[in-house]
Amino acid sequence: MNVITMLALGLGAVLGLFLSMNAVDSGIYFHGMLLVVFCVGFAFWIWKRNGNTGGPADPNSVVDYNDDIIRLGLILSVFWGVIGFLVGLTIALQLAFPVLNLDLPWTTFGRLRPLHTSAVIFAFGGNVLICTSFWVVQRTCRARIAGGWAPWFVVLGYNLFIVLAATGYVLGITQSKEYAEPEWYVDIWLTIVWVVYLLVFLGTLRRRKEPHIYVANWFYLAFIITVAMLHIVNNLAMPVSFFGAKSYILWSGVQDALIQWWYGHNAVGFFLTAGFLGIMYYFVPKQAERPIYSYRLSIVHFWSLIFLYIWAGPHHLHYTALPDWAQTIGMTFSIMLWMPSWGGMINGLMTLSGAWDKLRTDPVLRILTISLAFYGMSTFEGPLMAIKSVNALSHYTDWTIGHVHSGALGWVGMVSFGAIYFLAPKLYNRERLYSLRLVSTHFWLATIGIVLYASSMWVSGIMQGLMWRAYDSLGFLEYSFAETVAAMFPFYVIRALGGGVFVLGSIVMAYNVYRTARGDIRDEKPYITAPQPAQA
Amino acid sequence: MFSHKKVETNSILMTVLILLVVSIGGIVEIAPLFYLESTIEKVEGMRPYSPLELKGRNIYIREGCYNCHSQMIRPFRDEVERYGHYSLAAESMYDHPFQWGSKRTGPDLARVGKRYSDNWHREHLIDPRAVVPESVMPGYAFMLETELSYADIEDHLVANVRVGVPYDDEMLANAMADLEAQVDPDSDQAEGLAARYGGVQIRNFDGQPGKPTEMDALISYLQVLGTMVDFSVYKAEENLR
Repeated sequence: MNVITMLALGLGAVLGLFLSMNAVDSGIYFHGMLLVVFCVGFAFWIWKRNGNTGGPADPNSVVDYNDDIIRLGLILSVFWGVIGFLVGLTIALQLAFPVLNLDLPWTTFGRLRPLHTSAVIFAFGGNVLICTSFWVVQRTCRARIAGGWAPWFVVLGYNLFIVLAATGYVLGITQSKEYAEPEWYVDIWLTIVWVVYLLVFLGTLRRRKEPHIYVANWFYLAFIITVAMLHIVNNLAMPVSFFGAKSYILWSGVQDALIQWWYGHNAVGFFLTAGFLGIMYYFVPKQAERPIYSYRLSIVHFWSLIFLYIWAGPHHLHYTALPDWAQTIGMTFSIMLWMPSWGGMINGLMTLSGAWDKLRTDPVLRILTISLAFYGMSTFEGPLMAIKSVNALSHYTDWTIGHVHSGALGWVGMVSFGAIYFLAPKLYNRERLYSLRLVSTHFWLATIGIVLYASSMWVSGIMQGLMWRAYDSLGFLEYSFAETVAAMFPFYVIRALGGGVFVLGSIVMAYNVYRTARGDIRDEKPYITAPQPAQA
Repeated sequence: MFSHKKVETNSILMTVLILLVVSIGGIVEIAPLFYLESTIEKVEGMRPYSPLELKGRNIYIREGCYNCHSQMIRPFRDEVERYGHYSLAAESMYDHPFQWGSKRTGPDLARVGKRYSDNWHREHLIDPRAVVPESVMPGYAFMLETELSYADIEDHLVANVRVGVPYDDEMLANAMADLEAQVDPDSDQAEGLAARYGGVQIRNFDGQPGKPTEMDALISYLQVLGTMVDFSVYKAEENLR
């Protein structure tokens, strides 16, 4: 095993050196060197660990779980979360105060916005998904993760992808396809990492000691498979030179538009929904100490969700040059999607049946529960905005941005925070978190931040849409475009304030996780559980 | 009677079924766009981008302009009055990738070509608020000082040919000379350039002498946007779909 890994890493280092030596632009030179550093560093680290691929956090564990790797994933998740939120705050402030663009090539909104979206979706979200999936698949299969160093390669290789993508954006290397900005060579690297991820996940499923595959794993599996399909098709491209960063996408115009939004909407559907539903299906029942509400509902909701989601892409292209028939199909399926989405929410919320009182005493469960409430809200708003006549108003405005963030901060963010708080004490073999009161502080900071964010974007989005289409009594357009930009200012400030409060919450989380890792326990007022009814 | 037990006790069967279920929607929606003739309207005037325009387009992409500017006018009264004729699919048929955008923090640019002077664009790109006080756009003064890198321009055209853009042999052979000629109307090459790329605008876009800058390229791209199709001869009814 060691020999194969070392051989592959050696090959990677040689390839990186080869790319750098022949590079036609500075981007490829830099990224080739990063590949060399990665491969050499990884090989050195494997040598240093001397065959120890990792063990369980709990020394009394019956199964030889690999928790070392999940601990790394947890640290990376928290780190990228804080970074991604901070970049988001920066670009929110740039929209309110454009002087903050600094007018340097590397610091403008146009280059930092993909940095923000990739950092929160792929760096924070992706690391949360990978590390929780490794935890869940091991626990629910009662088996050690498959493939020696392979899962390490998944986590570290995925984070190299993040670094390649992020540094590329700042240097101006982008394909301009939203949420698929990295250029061809970074896409190939991610494809390799992703195939290994799929093999590790499937390999672990095949080792399972349980006859049934637990429902959380269905969602993780659908997420891994579908993201692979979407990523490959959307990113097919012809490089100008094999030693240069620039490429031209295989698809053009209207076909490219639909392929992009087939990808883009299912980055939401499978990365940010199916994957995180996997988290929900494990961590909500665990934290509530109740079985999932309905097994039958989870079957129906799983298959209908993954079947319907893939059709919804055209709602990003309403009233564009995409043929009407495709727009209408997209709208229809988007509305139908409401049902399986709420099926998932109901299955999660109803799991708390008989345990609702825990919301008073367990702030981690409270975070997981509000994530489901936000999930329900944003999956109601989504189908609404996919209706063509509503979309005519909302498209191109901040309403879309508000919608995305109520889903991303409220659902994805909150459910991730819940999982992180669940895992932190277990991964460091601590009795409990450093502070539950600080979890509650985080809960309130995040919730207030999201409310400020979403409501300011509703107002600015709807106002902007109405101003664009406003006519005066003489039949002239009432507002110039510049006037509609000026009208956004107060809402951009409120949005940045909401974002700032949310960032503050994430820093409180980082501190709490750090102190938990150190093994500290905060001296604080405990949450009093309700007195149990006396035995009859 | 079918039991879900079969699926949830067999990881390979589950993998295959998932792949099958998630493939259907994409195939039904996307595949017809490649063979239904009504997808892309028949129009007069569409041509591939000139080498300088293509370089300008790459700068537009590099700077992430699509994050705030759409290039897709919807068929609504207010949009058509504000921006011009609604966008056709044919107008982005040579765009790899498309630049329709998803957000209008700034106005739509699908038909910005020939609407403002080169001088306006130059001043606006250097300091947007000097021209439009309400603007929140970043400034791009550095483009005026940055010489355009175009030694590999022929490779860019070849890559476009490989993905289906109809650059002919003459266009490929003249790629570099055409690029330089577009900022130099007095050159001998200008006539050939105009013949190869119908309606191409040939002038010194950035207003300063010397080698082409990134500012030249970007303005040449902005000035061609939405100007290719001749709407005086375009018959929408013939393209009903």
